[in-house]
Amino acid sequence: MSANLSALAYLAAGVCFILALRGLSSPETSRRGNFMGMLGMAIAVATTALSPDILKSDFEAYGLIAVGVLIGGSIGTVIALRIPMTAMPELVAAFHSLVGLAAVLVAGSALYVPDAYGIGQVGSIHMGSRIEMSLGIIIGALTFSGSIVAFAKLKGLVSGSPMVFPGQHMLNLAIGIAIVVLMAAFCIGEMHSLFWVMTLLAFLLGFTLIIPIGGADMPVVISMLNSYSGWAAAGIGFTLGNTALIITGALVGSSGAILSYIMCKGMNRSFFNVILGGFGTDGDVGGIVLNDDRPVKRGSAEDAAFVLKNAGSVIVVPGYGMAVAQAQHVLKEMIDILKREGVKVSFAIHPVAGRMPGHMNVLLAEASVPYDEVFELEDINSEFPTADVAFVIGANDVTNPAAKTDPQSPIYGMPILDVERARTVLFIKRSLGVGYAGVDNELFFRENTMMLFGDAKKMVDDILKSI
Amino acid sequence: MEAAIDPFIFRLAIFVLTIFVGYYVVWSVTPALHTPLMSVTNAISSVIIVGALIAVSVDVAVDNAGTMIARAGGFFAVVLASINIFGGFVVTQRMLAMYKKKK
Repeated sequence: MSANLSALAYLAAGVCFILALRGLSSPETSRRGNFMGMLGMAIAVATTALSPDILKSDFEAYGLIAVGVLIGGSIGTVIALRIPMTAMPELVAAFHSLVGLAAVLVAGSALYVPDAYGIGQVGSIHMGSRIEMSLGIIIGALTFSGSIVAFAKLKGLVSGSPMVFPGQHMLNLAIGIAIVVLMAAFCIGEMHSLFWVMTLLAFLLGFTLIIPIGGADMPVVISMLNSYSGWAAAGIGFTLGNTALIITGALVGSSGAILSYIMCKGMNRSFFNVILGGFGTDGDVGGIVLNDDRPVKRGSAEDAAFVLKNAGSVIVVPGYGMAVAQAQHVLKEMIDILKREGVKVSFAIHPVAGRMPGHMNVLLAEASVPYDEVFELEDINSEFPTADVAFVIGANDVTNPAAKTDPQSPIYGMPILDVERARTVLFIKRSLGVGYAGVDNELFFRENTMMLFGDAKKMVDDILKSI
Repeated sequence: MEAAIDPFIFRLAIFVLTIFVGYYVVWSVTPALHTPLMSVTNAISSVIIVGALIAVSVDVAVDNAGTMIARAGGFFAVVLASINIFGGFVVTQRMLAMYKKKK
């Protein structure tokens, strides 16, 4: 293929990727969008495979490529088919780490065979390319190690609570400065040792940056790492002069940045406040009971069943607790019975419910809840005053009225679901413990709240039997 | 006549314009599909595999350690990127297939 034809093909691949994201504007067009993504990928890979540089390479190279794609493709497909939907956040974190490591390997290879990439000779790589490959490898290394930490936290391999130590910010700052200095030194002298020390420090920075961030801030972290993986790809794209890679990098970079912004806004916190870390507890660990003698109205599964059956409309508010308890399927069964009794049921999703953007929507879709019964905060919040029951399952902080009334509260100003406006609030919870933000939820003590203590799945199961 | 424009400038132009395209396209994505958005962006960012293909097919007849490093690193990168490409698209497809309208 001629150079011009290849460039046009890469452009076509880039356009396919834009259309892939465009398709996600509605569930109806989304499957076609995903197909466009695959098409773009096929075009990009085929174009490279048919380029003169690769065509003239030896038989062994083709064999290695085939074996590599076969191994990677089988691993990826098997994982993708087997992974339970509740594990999506850790899967995405793991995938981000792979993109990061791939960027490191490609930039590292370019350092040893710059002529294959058309960026000069060893020892005399073009200045622009030195900068591009340095940025690509730094961001790639950061994405890799940061995603590993995020993965470990989401999977529960390490504690989800923030790990803070004195001098943390100074340490991160020092590592950051060292990386910049090393990068400048490498760009001047192209010394390989500087390049690799710089890369090692970037790996280290990924760890120290993400370690202090707590589990429930993971939606921001995953989105941010998503963005980083895009910028790393763009950096490599500049090194290769490859349009498809530049377009993809810019798309993914801005996508992740927008998602981070939406998540921060959903918590009313600044991006820096999240990144500096140290916020929050490990969430509802159970067993902690408040030293509060205010009366709480407790209910049994039978009481809840009675209230639900006699309601005209119910709004369900799911949270991370529902995912942990795997309660979505039994919840769907309960909803179906209520609907048969003539109850109108809808779902209200807070932007930061769960551990990644859109987490609750996927779990509900998995349980075959139709997506047109699931609403975002701004679309449904005005309907709580006319609802008979708000059914809170596994959510806590996102329903706390203190966010609206108490300027002293750490969650003050966060947009919340107005569940307290419903005639009755049914609140499933393991104990009276505090939520992730470490604050009491005064909703528990309200006159119209009935607390249902127990595991979410078991409680819904019991309600189901009593209806 | 002015000197020819450095190709870098064209790449930069594509990069900057695509950031704007990305901005508008991503804001139009429905929040219900934010998880599939992340998995599909993850899959497409693995187009970095094209860089790995170049590394694998370096001319190893040029006998130095560098070409072997590039070939080994490239092979490893091909494996990682393939995991992502196949895994990312398949898991996205699986998720999207679950979104159904009310009957």
